[in-house]
Parts: sequence; C-alpha cells; structure tokens
Amino acid sequence: MAKEVSPGVLALRKVVDDVHADARKAKAEGKLVGWSSSKFPCELAAAFDLDVMYPENQAAGIAANRDGEIMCQAAEDLGFDNDICGYARISLAYAAGKRAARKFDPETLEYIIDPNSGKPLKDENGKVVMGEDGKPVKDPKTQQPYTVLVDIHEIEAMPDGPLKDKYWESVKPYRQMRIPQPDFLLCCNNICNCMTKWYENIARMCNIPLIMIDIPYNNTVEVHDSNVAYVRAQFDAAIKQLEELTGKKFDEKKFEQACANANRTASAWLRVCDYLQYKPAPYSGFDLFNHMADIVTARAKVQAAEAFELLEKDLEQAIKEGTTTTPFPEKYRVMFEGIPCWPKLPDLFKPLKANGVNVTAVVYAPAFGFVYEDLDGMARAYYKAPNSVCIEQGVAWREGICKDNKVDGVLVHYNRSCKPWSGYMAEMQRRFTADLGIPCAGFDGDQADPRNFNAAQYETRVQGLVEAMEQNAANKEG
Amino acid sequence: METIYTLGIDIGSTASKCVMLADGKEIVAKSLIAVGAGTSGPQRAIDAVLEAAGKTREQIAFVLATGYGRNSLEGFADHQMSELSCHARGAAFLFPQVRTVVDIGGQDVKILRVENGAMTNFQMNDKCAAGTGRFLDVMARVLEVDVNDLGTLGAKSTKEVAISSTCTVFAESEVISQLAQGTDKCDIINGIHKSVAGRVAGLAHRVGVQDDVVMTGGVAQNSGVVNALQEQLGHTIHTSPLTQYVGALGAALFAYKKCNK
Repeated sequence: MAKEVSPGVLALRKVVDDVHADARKAKAEGKLVGWSSSKFPCELAAAFDLDVMYPENQAAGIAANRDGEIMCQAAEDLGFDNDICGYARISLAYAAGKRAARKFDPETLEYIIDPNSGKPLKDENGKVVMGEDGKPVKDPKTQQPYTVLVDIHEIEAMPDGPLKDKYWESVKPYRQMRIPQPDFLLCCNNICNCMTKWYENIARMCNIPLIMIDIPYNNTVEVHDSNVAYVRAQFDAAIKQLEELTGKKFDEKKFEQACANANRTASAWLRVCDYLQYKPAPYSGFDLFNHMADIVTARAKVQAAEAFELLEKDLEQAIKEGTTTTPFPEKYRVMFEGIPCWPKLPDLFKPLKANGVNVTAVVYAPAFGFVYEDLDGMARAYYKAPNSVCIEQGVAWREGICKDNKVDGVLVHYNRSCKPWSGYMAEMQRRFTADLGIPCAGFDGDQADPRNFNAAQYETRVQGLVEAMEQNAANKEG
Repeated sequence: METIYTLGIDIGSTASKCVMLADGKEIVAKSLIAVGAGTSGPQRAIDAVLEAAGKTREQIAFVLATGYGRNSLEGFADHQMSELSCHARGAAFLFPQVRTVVDIGGQDVKILRVENGAMTNFQMNDKCAAGTGRFLDVMARVLEVDVNDLGTLGAKSTKEVAISSTCTVFAESEVISQLAQGTDKCDIINGIHKSVAGRVAGLAHRVGVQDDVVMTGGVAQNSGVVNALQEQLGHTIHTSPLTQYVGALGAALFAYKKCNK
C-alpha cells in the first residue's frame, strides 16, 4: 500500500515545485534568475521580486537522484580538486553546462536501457520472480536508460532538428537537473567559506555579477555591535547592487512583507521541529531533511509559512491519534549530526530501521529557525549559521536539542565535503559524552559524493552505538 | 547441572577466530585461521574448534558471531553483535579492572570505553587504513621481513626515523626511500611502530584514556607497537597471550548471557 502523505507534506512539496516552476517561467520570459547560497538574506531578493534558485539544495537533490558522482567527476574533469565540497563540485559542473542525461541511440533516437537498473519483478502474490540464472528478474517498467554526461553548450551549437531536440529531452527530467542557468549570484559565506570561491568561479564561468555578503567566523557567543554594523553596511551595498541589476528601486513594503513571511516561516518550522520532542516522535527525523528544501528555497514566501503551519496541524493530529510516519517502533532516539549522505539514504536508513533507531534531533532546527525584529536583528540572525559560530555556541545549540528531544546517543557524520563542520566534531563528540553522558559514534561519508561512503563500516558503527545505548540504559536502570 | 557450551566466532578482515566456553567461564577450545571474511577461513575455524572440543553444532547451546563478516553466518549463528561490544566484554573477562580497550584489527582501529565490564562509548578510525594491521602488513612486505618479527627487529633500533602516519601509500614510499638511502631496517621498523602508535593515540585521546588500558587484536603481539603506544599514552598497557581471541571470547560470553535470559 502506498504511504499516505499528509496535507502539510503535500503543501510543502507544492511550494518547492512552484519555486522551481516560477524560475523556469521567468527565464523563459527573459527575466533575471539568480542563484543564491542557502543563508543569503532572501528577504533582499524578495524585495525586488527576483526568482532565485539554491545550488546547495539543487546539489542535494541531484545527489539523492544518484547523479552526484557523474557531476562530481565532471567538475574534476574541469580541473576542480576532489577535496572540494561535493555540492560545490556538482554546482560548478552544472554552471559549466554539464548535465546528467539518459543515453540514447543517435540513429534510432531510442533510449538504451541499463539492464542492471530497476526493481525486482513481483508476481501476483507479491513474490519476487527469479530468472533462469537464479537472479531476480527486473521489472521492465522500472528500468532506466544508462546515465551519460552531456553539455548544454554543445547541444546549443548543434543544427536544429530531431537529434538536437532528443538531446534536450534526454537531460534528466527531475527539477534539480532542469534549473535555469544564473544571471546573477547572491553569496553569503555564513554557511561556509568554500562558498566564496565556489561563487567567484561561477561568476567568472558565466560572466555574471556576484553580490557578496561576508560574515566572518564569530569567536564569541554574542554578536558584537561592530560585527552587526559590518553586516548592515553590506546589506545596504547589496541593495544598491540589486537596484543597479534590476533597474528598480528597493521596495521597502515588499521587503517588510518578506521579513514578516520569513519570520512566520521560521517560527512554524521551529514548532514543527519541536514535535520531535514527543516520545515516540510523530515522524522520523529524516523527514526534516526533506523539508529543508522549503526552509531554504521559500523561507520568505507566505506559502511556505502556510504549508509549515498546515504540517503543524497534521502533527498535532498525529499526536492525538498516536500515529507516526516512522515505519518501525521507536526503541532508541539519536541526534544525527551533519548533512545526510544524500546518495546513500537507503544505506543510511537500513541499520537504523533494523535497530529501531529514530533520528529525533538535527542541528538544522536552530540553523534555519531564526526570528528577528529589525534590520540589526536580521544582521545578528544571519551571523549565526552552523559554521560561523564558535564551538561554545555550537555545543550549546546541539546539547539543548539533545536534552529537549531526549536522545540516547549521537550519530556523527564526518562529512568529507564539509571540513569546517567535520573538523570540530571530534571535540564536540567529547563534550556531548562528558556533558550528557551519552555515547557518540562517528562515520565517514559525504553529502553528495557516494565514493566517500562505505555501508559496511557505517553498519558496524551504528550497531556499536546501539549496543552502547543499550548498555547505558541498563546501567541507568541499575 | 548439565554444562552449557557456547561458541563465539569472530570473523575479521584478515583472520577467523573461534572460542568455545563451558558455562561462560572456562575456555574449552579455540581456533584461528589466518584468513577472514569472504574466504574458507570462517568454516575452517568452526570445524577446527568443534573438532578440538569434540562437539557438534547441536551440542552448542548458543552461537554468537561478531566481526566484519558476522552477517555471513546467518543460519549457523543464533545472533550477531558488533566486534566493539565483544572486544570490551572479552577484555573485561581477562582484565576485570579494564576501562579502556585499544583494538588494532586488520582494517580498523577501535578505542573502547568500558564501564562495569561493558562498552559505553567508542571511537573508530576513519576510512584510511593508516595505523591498522594492514598498514603493518604492507610495511613488512616492503621491508621483506615477517610481520611477526617486527617487534623483535624494532627493539634493535638505535636511531630515530620518522615515518608519516597519514597514509599507507605515502608511508610505503617513505619506507622505500629510507631503504634506498641505506637506513637500517630496525630503525625504520621502530619509526613505523611510532607512526602507528601516534595515529592510535590521537584516536584514544578523543575517548579519554583511563586505567586499566588493555590492548587486544593481533597487533598487540607486536611489542614494538605496544611500547610505542605506552610511551605516547603515558599509561601501562596490558596484553594477554589470548589477544587475538578476545573478540571471539567476548562473543562466547555474550552467547552464554543470551542462554541465561
């Protein structure tokens, strides 16, 4: 039976679909479309009615669609080192015109099916049909063509005709592989410092303007007034650049409305996150990862706020009815630290499900759930992103969620793509255990490049964590 | 009362080990085959231990598998657990005061925090094989010496030689270049031991080192690594002649516990 999807989740999906559809429409109509880092103040772009796409979110989608490796390799072929963030590599390859596409025969224009793709064929009793070779037979309906890399500039240069049309059609049809090329860039390095060079490269590659807001690493828990002034001044400069870019005057009313929407969305997002405090939780923490698309791409849109408010109602109902979307009984609760390995979500989920481990805490909640009252407050809010805050602040955020969401352990993703985030995790892990008395397990992986993850190593670490949590519980019971 | 026999099987990446216990106290038989997961090693180790004890599978009350290849014994083993818990349990059986276990296996390094005989926290190496048993195998091959002789040879060192601990491949080329320069093999080996110890100590400090410290796994037989690690940690390290069997021993102990549930 297909899993029932709640009205809130459906609304959230529509919000993101609409953001993408609007950007494609804007591009087709010759309007400007920008690319933005995930924590650039979206309120500024909204004041100018600009359509904006988010490469981090796009790269996560491409990775989850299993095209992370081919795009990362494409970037490496362009000369980018494989030590660079996987999101950056995917985005740089995309900006350069590279696309994952379905292989076809140029003579017949028929797609060439990969015989290894697809799900096992099942008979009328739901049993897997076995072939003569003793292996499960693939369901032809689920089989896909081979994936190949194409270049949109090479396609553009082809003579018009069915072959050219087929090449355009062959580009994978999911929305993240179809975002419009950028006309301008909005970069804020509060989310990570790699962002600066990543966007500078795209700006040069595509010869387009880059609007940059620099937020230095904050060594103190409080954001100093001089830092606020530094960011405020950059907001003013960005507004001026956007005025020049669009030929429009800054619309204060639209800006205020965008701020109000962003605050409303953030508040609703935080309340949704808080539902993970219930024991058992009404949903799997992995669902939150999926809703990241909304909080990143549509934070300043009223539709996002409304969709999160609708989801909140669904969750309230789930609590009343005692239901959950977690497809197994919740035995243990953990905080998942870091970004998931998007290309390996099933591998990530399998041992958690097998051991009854629900992810009931993620650090995204405070990272994107910021509410502010005025422009100074907005500058202060944007100063606080996971990789721009000091370790004391980072530990306080996480330990707060661990306590509120009643976790039994912490699973730490040492993300090869994110050196700043992974670099301080060894110390954070030590503090979690010392302060909260809970075990932590770390595993190696990557947010976008599947080559950096090993399922067997991960499984052993999860099992070890489960056994340590079991022992901890036994010790507490005496 | 009838004796209860339990069997622990530890299928590692480089060796297969079995320990059979009587009533969770006495080691009745043990076996070790020097090949691990995906080979004939597990079956041969099982056959050997059953033969040594004069028992059949049916006479074993509970079989518990652990190690990298633990899932391959479905149907034979009654249960499987991670090697982390099993090493902690086995070490606590041999050294009841243990608080920290250092296990250097074929392809991973584990540092375990042990409280009241059970693991409560741990750290493992990342994807890199530097600092593991495999690292020592590679170095022994380059040096054309038996891996079992590394400890004795390293003890003869008279001069400090630094070997990188960041990557097995880079370390291998460093060793080759040291050999080309005519550096004494014993000095190189001593440098390799210090390199392994440095890598492991870094991981151990993340968990926090508390006495008693016990080292398990095959590498604990290498006195060079044990001494270098002792020096770097500033703690006495306890080892046992049964060091290679600690995981399997822990598995047999857990198996006994399962019988009594």
